Amino acid sequence: MIGNVIDWIGAPVIIAAVKVVIVFLVLLVVTMLVIWFERRVLAFMQSRHGPNRHGPFGLGQTLADGIKLFFKEDFRPKNADRWAYAIAPVAAMVPSFLAFAVIPIGDHITIGDRRVDFLVSDLNIGLLYFLAMGSIGVYGVVLAGWASGSKYPLLGGVRSTAQLISYEIALGLSLVPIVLVTGSLSTKTIVAAQAGTIGDVTVFDGIPLLQQVQGLFSFVPNWYIWSQWPAFLIFLIAGIAETNRAPFDLPEAETELVAGFHTEYSGIRFAMFFLGEYIHVVAISAMAVTLFFGGWHGPVFGVVEWLWPLVWFTLKVLFFVYLFVWVRATLPRFRYDRLMWLGWKRLIPGALIWILATAIVNTQGIHRNIRLGVFGLLFLAVVVWMWRGDPRLGLIKPVTRSRVREVPSGNL
Amino acid sequence: MPEGYFGQYVTIGIFAIVGTVLVAATLQLSRLVRPNHPTTAKLTTYESGIDPIGHGWSQSNVRYYIFALLFVVFDVEAVFLFPWAIVFEELGTAAFVEMVIFIGILALALLYAVKKRVLEWL
Repeated sequence: MIGNVIDWIGAPVIIAAVKVVIVFLVLLVVTMLVIWFERRVLAFMQSRHGPNRHGPFGLGQTLADGIKLFFKEDFRPKNADRWAYAIAPVAAMVPSFLAFAVIPIGDHITIGDRRVDFLVSDLNIGLLYFLAMGSIGVYGVVLAGWASGSKYPLLGGVRSTAQLISYEIALGLSLVPIVLVTGSLSTKTIVAAQAGTIGDVTVFDGIPLLQQVQGLFSFVPNWYIWSQWPAFLIFLIAGIAETNRAPFDLPEAETELVAGFHTEYSGIRFAMFFLGEYIHVVAISAMAVTLFFGGWHGPVFGVVEWLWPLVWFTLKVLFFVYLFVWVRATLPRFRYDRLMWLGWKRLIPGALIWILATAIVNTQGIHRNIRLGVFGLLFLAVVVWMWRGDPRLGLIKPVTRSRVREVPSGNL
Repeated sequence: MPEGYFGQYVTIGIFAIVGTVLVAATLQLSRLVRPNHPTTAKLTTYESGIDPIGHGWSQSNVRYYIFALLFVVFDVEAVFLFPWAIVFEELGTAAFVEMVIFIGILALALLYAVKKRVLEWL
């Protein structure tokens, strides 16, 4: 019976469908855990308890919140544009889900004679697809802000569009060096290229000294983070900005915009925005792991060989989720002009210079020493450029106690 | 069949359909169980506790428009950079020099924008 059904639909279709369903279920559970995790870690960093009532360690808190939002009244303001208002939460949440289609979460298992990858779809344009999904997510924010027919959401929506498109450029440019080194946009190939240790790679046609140093560190896995850390820093900063999270949470700045684009949303529609944001956080973390930290690569012990990659991948992603929370707990929100300054005058030029630096290392036709020299100059340029603060900042004097006294009393 | 080149896109298609249906279904299900008692006060938009003045679709700063224009320029640049990066190994020195010129021209554009002070917010 079951065999007939499989024959009729075709095993590949069933495998694809099963993968899709599993990814959805896992993502929902993971997102709930991540929300709980963030609240607990934030509480720990701020010397509070955090959610600890529902279930062991408060694990059921997100579920309780979800059920509450599901049963809550959800009304549409009378100024709102009916369809755009309804579409916005879907447009915000679905692309964050879809971004996971190209993230390899493990190696592969063999069922019968069929090889099944722990990857929904090995698109040959995987990275572009990931970037595209991030871009489509912007629609959710813009539509929500515009469709609400209210002033705060509109401001938040427009503001966040400008922020998201600015940092999207930096995000895209930070991936170019990885593509250049790997020669592929497929995430599977990029992970495969990070197998082995750094003793295996040859840079600059094999400089003897460099080879010796590499030999000393031959136990270190060959992750792209070692050679591409400037790209990684740009990716991480732009990634945090893309997810609208602190310190780049200007679209929903509570103190100035109430809640930004989702001020007029309540109930389950608000929950969609909320879930979408957290899925996006996990997606960016997973992409950072895939591109710069060797994906699922890690030591394998024991007999269940397909399980270890999953474990390593989960641990690495968890570290990045923790980093997101840590950054949120530590840094205050950017001012809007500082945000634009960082995006346009530091990250984008920095990323462009770094692309050229990576390119010169991999140009075969030019003599080794010239390449080394040019690379050194470009590398210095990136570091100096990214490190340099805003010269205009010096013009703003910090408010000290003596200056406060200088302010004349009354008549403000 | 989700194998081979187009198969990968079929899988993405399944993924997109399942995702959209699941989210839409959740919204519809919630509609069945949640209460719905709209009043005039509830349906007004939020404006810090007072009745909203005028319509919500107000004008916004024209500066956002300049960023949108610049975005188009640099996103198209990224579109050209990706294919270049993929075939870089095979093309060698010529590809490097050409891309230096290409990026140089766009860097000039960015420099022009900086000099014209359009990237400064205040």
